[in-house]
Amino acid sequence: MALSRIASSSSRSFNLLKPLSFAISLRRSISNDTTPMTVETSVPFISHQCEVPSRSVETNPKELLTFFRDMALMRRMEIAADSLYKAKLIRGFCHLYDGQEAVAVGMEAAITKKDCIITAYRDHCTFVGRGGSLLEVFAELMGRQAGCSRGKGGSMHFYKKDSNFYGGHGIVGAQVPLGCGLAFAQKYSKEETVTFALYGDGAANQGQLFEALNISALWDLPAILVCENNHYGMGTAEWRAAKNPAYYKRGDYVPGLKVDGMDALAVKQACKFAKERALKNGPIILEMDTYRYHGHSMSDPGSTYRTRDEISGVRQERDPIERIRKLVLSHDLATDKELKDIEKEVRKEVDDAIAQAKESPMPEPSELFTNVYVKGFGAESFGADRKEVRATLP
Amino acid sequence: MLAIIRQTVSNGASRNRPAFYASRSYSAAVKEMTVREALNSALDEEMSADPKVFLIGEEVGEYQGAYKISKGLLEKYGLERVRDTPITEAGFAGIGVGAAYYGLRPVVEFMTFNFSMQAIDHIINSAAKSNYMSAGQLSVPIVFRGPNGAAAGVGAQHSQCYASWYGSCPGLKVLVPYSSEDARGLLKAAIRDPDPVVFLENELLYGESFPVSEEALDSEFCLPIGKAKIEREGKDVTIIAFSKMVGYALKAADMLAKEAISVEVINLRSIRPLDRATINASVRKTNRLVTVEEGFPQNGVGAEICASVVEESFGFLDAPVERIAAADVPMPYAANLERMAVPQVEDMVRAAKRTCYRSV
Repeated sequence: MALSRIASSSSRSFNLLKPLSFAISLRRSISNDTTPMTVETSVPFISHQCEVPSRSVETNPKELLTFFRDMALMRRMEIAADSLYKAKLIRGFCHLYDGQEAVAVGMEAAITKKDCIITAYRDHCTFVGRGGSLLEVFAELMGRQAGCSRGKGGSMHFYKKDSNFYGGHGIVGAQVPLGCGLAFAQKYSKEETVTFALYGDGAANQGQLFEALNISALWDLPAILVCENNHYGMGTAEWRAAKNPAYYKRGDYVPGLKVDGMDALAVKQACKFAKERALKNGPIILEMDTYRYHGHSMSDPGSTYRTRDEISGVRQERDPIERIRKLVLSHDLATDKELKDIEKEVRKEVDDAIAQAKESPMPEPSELFTNVYVKGFGAESFGADRKEVRATLP
Repeated sequence: MLAIIRQTVSNGASRNRPAFYASRSYSAAVKEMTVREALNSALDEEMSADPKVFLIGEEVGEYQGAYKISKGLLEKYGLERVRDTPITEAGFAGIGVGAAYYGLRPVVEFMTFNFSMQAIDHIINSAAKSNYMSAGQLSVPIVFRGPNGAAAGVGAQHSQCYASWYGSCPGLKVLVPYSSEDARGLLKAAIRDPDPVVFLENELLYGESFPVSEEALDSEFCLPIGKAKIEREGKDVTIIAFSKMVGYALKAADMLAKEAISVEVINLRSIRPLDRATINASVRKTNRLVTVEEGFPQNGVGAEICASVVEESFGFLDAPVERIAAADVPMPYAANLERMAVPQVEDMVRAAKRTCYRSV
């Protein structure tokens, strides 16, 4: 079983049957322990047109516990969003990321906030990974002033420019050329940073993706295309949408890597590898084999095109949070109770943020007319009845 | 930074020098410049002034530009800043918008705006709406430029005017230069503008020569965005046009002057923002209006102008508003049919006379 493989191949050998008290007295303050340790990824990487990164990932207790906490936070946040949607506090579209947390969290561990990330509409957790707050998430979902887009964007339009998070896009596939444009600008500005452009298995067949990839390869742009393959494009399984569902190979002349997207450490290793490579050799594709527990969006029960057994099977065998929990417990980095306490803390954080978000007011009516332009030169804009409502754009 | 140019009354493209210049010494001779030269010089100056400005599109580099608008720029600024692309509009327009998100100032050329339809999602959804959706976090200082409207004999797929389509979208600025001064001043303003600008040129105007003032030759010369220009003052009927049709309207005005009808010609310069103030002030003065556009009539620019005038100046109209536009058909190839499909000077003369009840 995966657990024993991890235990036996790590650089420190642990006796899993060590008495608890002894373990406590030996353990340093876990939240700050950066003693390096090595963990093997669940499965080896598979590559296309390039070398394979090592399965042995360098990490440390602090990082693993950060992974646990961050993913637990994201999980709780998405589940809370589900409830808010059913309570009609969130309207319109709401695409949830639970199950895919390892991709957001593993990626952040490999990069800096100077690297850019751009994604599609399943963006809540990616935004949080980039440093966005829970309040900004819930307030935006509920269309309030404290939202990250001041209530004017909604679920699909979260942005955090100061952390180089460029959204948040509703048109399937559009974010890929945009991401290659970010990479172009990074190279033009000689920044030595990279862009991760995330897209799904549904978007992987978009023509504009191949157009942008072609240009990126011609111009050696530091663009990393990350296919978050959760195996369903809305209700269409990958085998019904793609003649070749080996998305990591679809770049043809562009190298690719297939990664277990439910393993945060594998994601981290792959992103680190991709960043180094992209800065030297241009674009690379990462295919993250991942899974979403919810349907495509809140209007999709998610069970008409896949079986409940499949969903619960993944939850049991591959859940990213459970993987880290087992890792932490088997290496004695924390007790089961400590981890449960973290989950309780996180739940409270989420509840507090929701309460705070509910207090935030809806935007002022004048906000209807703000940010149409950066510089409006006094141009006029109109409401539905232009004789009743007019505004001057500053 | 934006120089508001007070234009003395001029006859636009005609060879008559305005009275202002009558008593000049030859050292202050008014220069003539083609629209092509005007656009090229504007690009050159803006690229020189701001290293963030770069040009991207098909054949803009080695080919010197499909219509030679970017001639010499590759040699001067190098491969980094003048980027030849494959024939993939959706891809390179998206890349341009992404670069603008990061803070660069791309000038994206479409060989004609007919091809912009392949990239229209990026122009509208990725560029125009982003500042609003992000509540100001993401501004998009990009210019999409290229020839728009009919050329000569290029057929249905290469002749459409997109002023009305792009003009309807909030978040975009849509500019329609006519003369060389328009081309210079508006392109420089567009490149400096922090918002996405759709810059609709006209292929048949590229080779036309216009006088340009000293101010217009200055490297800081910009025209205000959203302000129309009164090309010719008049008192009996207003003809509003943009781009190539301004030249036709001026010719129509000359012909009507012979029949003692004094025409005021307005050069819109900007479809969005639309200068409703100038439009309405003129109609309140003349009480009659003819709108002229090269694009399809339904849901067109003329329809918007007419609605604005009916809303704001209904009581001042002495006659129904007349619209001159392309024929409501795809552009045919045969020369005689093509002539029927595009507005001609006679159409404008006839419509103006109808507003004066001089004809039916």
